[in-house]
Amino acid sequence: MSYIPGQPVTAVVQRIEIYKLRQGDNLILGFSIGGGIDQDPGQNPFSEDKTDKGIYVTRVTKGGPADVAGLVVGDKIMQVNGWDMTMVTHDQARKRLTKKNEDVVRLLVTRKSLEEAVRNSMMQ
Amino acid sequence: MDTESTYSGYSHYSGRSRGSHRHGERSRERHKSRSKDSSRSEKSVTITTTPGAPLTEPPAQGGEVQDDNWGETTTAVTGTSEHSLSQEDIVQIGKDLEVPSGRNCRRYLSLGLVGTLGLLVFLTPVAFLVLPLLLWTETGQRCGTACEGLLISAIFKLLILLLAVWALFLRPRRAHLPRVNVLRTLLSLLGLLCVISYSLFYAVRVLDQEDNNYEGIVQYAVSLVDALLFIHYLGLVLLELRHLQPIFSVRVTRSTDGETRHYNLGQLSIQQAALAILEHYYQDFPVHNPALLTAAKSRAAKHLAGLKVYNVDGPGNNTSAGQSQAMMAAAARRRDSSHNELYYEEADHERRVRKRRARLVVAVEEAFTHIQRLQEEEQKKAAGGETMDPREAAQAIFPSMARTLQKYLRTTRQQHFHSMESIQQHLAFCIANNMTPKAFLESYLSPGPTLQYGRERWLASRWKLVSEEAVTRGLKDGSVFLLNNIDFSLVVTTTRIPYISLAEEFIDPKSHKFVLRLQSETSV
Repeated sequence: MSYIPGQPVTAVVQRIEIYKLRQGDNLILGFSIGGGIDQDPGQNPFSEDKTDKGIYVTRVTKGGPADVAGLVVGDKIMQVNGWDMTMVTHDQARKRLTKKNEDVVRLLVTRKSLEEAVRNSMMQ
Repeated sequence: MDTESTYSGYSHYSGRSRGSHRHGERSRERHKSRSKDSSRSEKSVTITTTPGAPLTEPPAQGGEVQDDNWGETTTAVTGTSEHSLSQEDIVQIGKDLEVPSGRNCRRYLSLGLVGTLGLLVFLTPVAFLVLPLLLWTETGQRCGTACEGLLISAIFKLLILLLAVWALFLRPRRAHLPRVNVLRTLLSLLGLLCVISYSLFYAVRVLDQEDNNYEGIVQYAVSLVDALLFIHYLGLVLLELRHLQPIFSVRVTRSTDGETRHYNLGQLSIQQAALAILEHYYQDFPVHNPALLTAAKSRAAKHLAGLKVYNVDGPGNNTSAGQSQAMMAAAARRRDSSHNELYYEEADHERRVRKRRARLVVAVEEAFTHIQRLQEEEQKKAAGGETMDPREAAQAIFPSMARTLQKYLRTTRQQHFHSMESIQQHLAFCIANNMTPKAFLESYLSPGPTLQYGRERWLASRWKLVSEEAVTRGLKDGSVFLLNNIDFSLVVTTTRIPYISLAEEFIDPKSHKFVLRLQSETSV
């Protein structure tokens, strides 16, 4: 997840499909996000690079749709349904995830362990 | 630099311009039509609307008394009688350039009337007290303690009344208004009625029926003085306090160059509001400079100058309206580059002014460095021939800056406001008061209020009030009137100050609570 200025951002991502759960009037996904270009990146406990203003998963409710789909705390969300999440404000990210007419969100997430896994598999 | 030539050129130019200005004034004055507003029957109108005034005695007696004393004293404080003079003479008075003797006559007349009324009001209680002593000599011994106390209080109250009347009504008038001040007239009438009714009762009870109770008479006199003091208080509230609280906001615009100011006024009549506005005008508005207005007129003339309209159908066809419309349409369609000219001309002028101003500031600063103030000890030590007083010092350094100053004034079209003599006087004044070059230049760099310039610029005696409503009516929301001077006019519009409704919101000091948000987290 390191970022070289001037070069395109490259990352190993995992595709996660979350089916929204209907609770009363709302469709919930079962996790919490933090971060965004309008937030303070130094406070992010999950990011490796403390200038990274991306959207991170800060909490996953146990047994919720995100947990079932395989989302882990500390994941950085790169895309939601094709929309980029690396350069959005916190509110824009929330809106992209909570669209009322979508039942499924397909996320591309990245985490440190993915890179290591790829490196290990390449070395073998 | 040839100092002699700048001297003569300057004074010659200023003298010439002043003469031509005055000549232009006279011819313009003759061509202007006299427009007088409203009828001339105002005299009877203001006086016969007294049914509104509170009458304390039966109207029959009051009417009779009014008719008897009408000629002498009820032509009131601001002089209704002087109106008979002014209505006939106003045309001639308007034509004079100096203050005519007729106006002085009016002033003295009104002062005389006020004095008479005041004396009458003052002497009546005194007469009430003194007459029984003169007529029946034994009443003096029947005055006990209470009666003497009342006498003393009567004397002091009379003194206070005298001082109060002098302070409020006997002030030198600061303006000549076209109509009588209605409130003042009514007030003086009220005072007169009070005095007359009291003296009537006195005449009947004491003199006719010979009521000898001196204590009662003293009480009667004291009650009259009290009533007069209260009428004076009423006068204070109506004439002074009502004008203080701001109710209306007036917008004053000068018709020639659009200078606008806003003022807050209280409940005044239109003529009093006009007076207040004019007093502010002399202090706030920059002086009227006709030289700056010629550019706009020449531009407008150039717009229509290139077009000529020929009447093809023959001389009998009177289509003047059609002609002007055709000219306007053609002018609109023509590809006009006058906006371009205006832009470049203004930019050019701006640059020229700034260049001249820079040269002027440098020249003046340099000139001021040649002068040095001598301290006390040095004054004694210095040789007699070298020390100069401020006037000579000004004359010594003036030539070095005269040319640049003249050029700057020419560029900003202010040269006819300042004669060479006035500049030297100002320079001497600044030198004597230890002012810096910047302070000296302040009055030349930007046009100041009209009072700053000579008396001939004031034109204070040439104002005309033009109004559709009677000028003694109060100001109302939306009233409009004009103050015409010779070259320009001030357009005044009135708006009521909005009724402000203020609501209260209470914030508990304990409700100021804050939480630290390190990073916001939203659950989705």
